Amino acid sequence: MTVLRDTGGVHWVGMTLAFLLAAGLGVTGDLSAGTLLLLLAVVMLGVLPQSRKGWAWSFAVAAALAGAAQALLPFATSSLPVWGAVIAVWLGAWMLVAQLADRPRLPGIPGRLQGLLAPLAFGATLLWLWEVVVRALEVPRVILPAPSMIWERILRSTDVLWVDFVQTFIKGALSGYAIGVGAALVFALLVDRSDFLRRGLLPVGNFLAALPIIGTAPIMVMWFGFDWPSKAAVVVAMVFFPMLVNTVQGLAATEAMQRDLMRTYNASWAQALIKLRLPAAMPFIFNGLKISSTLALIGAIVAEFFGSPTRGMGFRISTEVGRLQLDMVWAEIAVAALAGSLFYGLIALVERGVTFWHPSQRGR
Amino acid sequence: MTSQLSSLQKYPGGGEGGRAPQTPAMLMRNVIPVLTVTAALVALWYAAVIPMNAQWAQDQARRAGVELTLPTLVADTMSQQRPRLPAPHQVATELWNSTVVEEMTGRRGFMNTGSLSNRSLIYHGWVTLSATLLGFAIGSALGIALAVGIVHNRAMDVSVMPWAIASQTIPILAIAPMIIVVLNAVGITGLVPKAIISTYLSFFPVVVGMVKGLRAPDQMQLDLMKTYSATGGQVFAKLRWPSAMPYLFASLKVAIAAALVGAIVAELPTGAVAGLGARLLSGSYYGQTVQIWSALFAAAILAASMVALIGVVQRATLKRMGMAA
Repeated sequence: MTVLRDTGGVHWVGMTLAFLLAAGLGVTGDLSAGTLLLLLAVVMLGVLPQSRKGWAWSFAVAAALAGAAQALLPFATSSLPVWGAVIAVWLGAWMLVAQLADRPRLPGIPGRLQGLLAPLAFGATLLWLWEVVVRALEVPRVILPAPSMIWERILRSTDVLWVDFVQTFIKGALSGYAIGVGAALVFALLVDRSDFLRRGLLPVGNFLAALPIIGTAPIMVMWFGFDWPSKAAVVVAMVFFPMLVNTVQGLAATEAMQRDLMRTYNASWAQALIKLRLPAAMPFIFNGLKISSTLALIGAIVAEFFGSPTRGMGFRISTEVGRLQLDMVWAEIAVAALAGSLFYGLIALVERGVTFWHPSQRGR
Repeated sequence: MTSQLSSLQKYPGGGEGGRAPQTPAMLMRNVIPVLTVTAALVALWYAAVIPMNAQWAQDQARRAGVELTLPTLVADTMSQQRPRLPAPHQVATELWNSTVVEEMTGRRGFMNTGSLSNRSLIYHGWVTLSATLLGFAIGSALGIALAVGIVHNRAMDVSVMPWAIASQTIPILAIAPMIIVVLNAVGITGLVPKAIISTYLSFFPVVVGMVKGLRAPDQMQLDLMKTYSATGGQVFAKLRWPSAMPYLFASLKVAIAAALVGAIVAELPTGAVAGLGARLLSGSYYGQTVQIWSALFAAAILAASMVALIGVVQRATLKRMGMAA
């Protein structure tokens, strides 16, 4: 905490200097008066020490920052005052994020939303910086399109993005994920019945899980054709071993004492499995599910590089790169990142419900 | 890509450093099941070869007007030029031919020209390996530096760590082609773009592992350092760094496997002419299944030997530090 306050001091000195730079040269007409006023507001709000603690302060800084950032965009050229103003906004945003992260956690739902504030503010800053830098340096569209351009592209081509999403995520990744995870679970239960098999399969499975299985994509395309079954097959191959290893490990996670208790109850194998060992394995199973969820999307996209019908995220990425339509490529990436994060988040949410008893889920 | 984060959880103790020395009996206890499972997998593979390739063999026979008996059918499925699924021995032969034989006797081989043949897997493996190693070196150095910063600076902790995690939600492997093309457009070609992909994939496990490792010393140990009036640098060198070692090696193993995958995928899109990824791609264009499988196994062998190498270094280091029995 002390470190934060120390860097805070450095921050405000830096911000003030950057503001003075922007102001001193901005008089020449490179920046509008409104932008300068908003920047000044950010600096002033930061310098006022007594009001630093409250939420009102954070909102005021956020509002002033947003205003300054917005007002700065039309003036984004590569000149010293502009860069000074950009640095001032950047430092102010960092300060805001640090403040938000440092604030004591509210109870209940507001507390959860509060946890999202700092990352969101940081993300917004990053997007803004990207936009400003691309505009100021006049980066060619074929190298790095600005976020605003990508957003426009997303709005213009929702139909194409949806078709690709259905083809790659729902048909390829999800079906492969379901099959692979299901097969691994069933197989793990079979393996679990034999100690010999478990000792043999764990090292081999661990080894296979570390291999570049994504390389099987051309083989799968050859076997199952260009459409989604081949993508699903790659996903199955990718998720099977991580899932198997995690489940087998999880099923072995109970202690001898607990298993002995089950035996004194005269519990059958199935009863012990359902009442003791499956619940105990859940943290491991969900670990496997989470690893697999990210692997699934990557597998489905990369497999399309080796041949696909004329739709799908991987197909779109590789063809639009060829046509130098990078805004479309970034639109696909945005959809992929969003879909992947939501999928992961969904699994994490279910995990919290199922393994509420585990130490990693308590104390939040 | 939280996969790396999660796969680190596979090493709760941060490595196998504390394992007791294995007696021959214990070794047999572990080796026999592994060998059995491997043998079963190979047998399964051989069994799968027959139905996978039978269709083509039948078609050829019908065209030639011959009736295939079962033994000839089986023999044929095991020795096709372009099988749907090559038999294990075909892959092994191809691996041997495209490495040792090609370099020793090939027209463009090492023995005849003094340089590696561009038809040999040693050459392609080396191309991929060099990108992997470069990316791995940069990635682990970056990861360690970030972890040191995160552990020692609270501001870095709150601002860098969430973004290290967020950076991994972008499916980098899926956009590798674009990165390669863009870097080519601004004049960066050759080894570096591939190494950048490898770096991106390998820095994250190292950050996560090292942050965990550098925070591993408990309050009691830190207090002891304080009673010695140790400076921050001394605490780092004498306590934090040594206790992070098991975590470092565990994450290095994850990182190098990720770096290799990154280098291979980075070779796919741009019509790269060299590297294991390029071999995969050209194999899939020309239907050379044996070539695909041998490139795949070359990659597997590469991954396994690099992980094993790190394991050896780990064991030696921890032994010298007195952490392994």
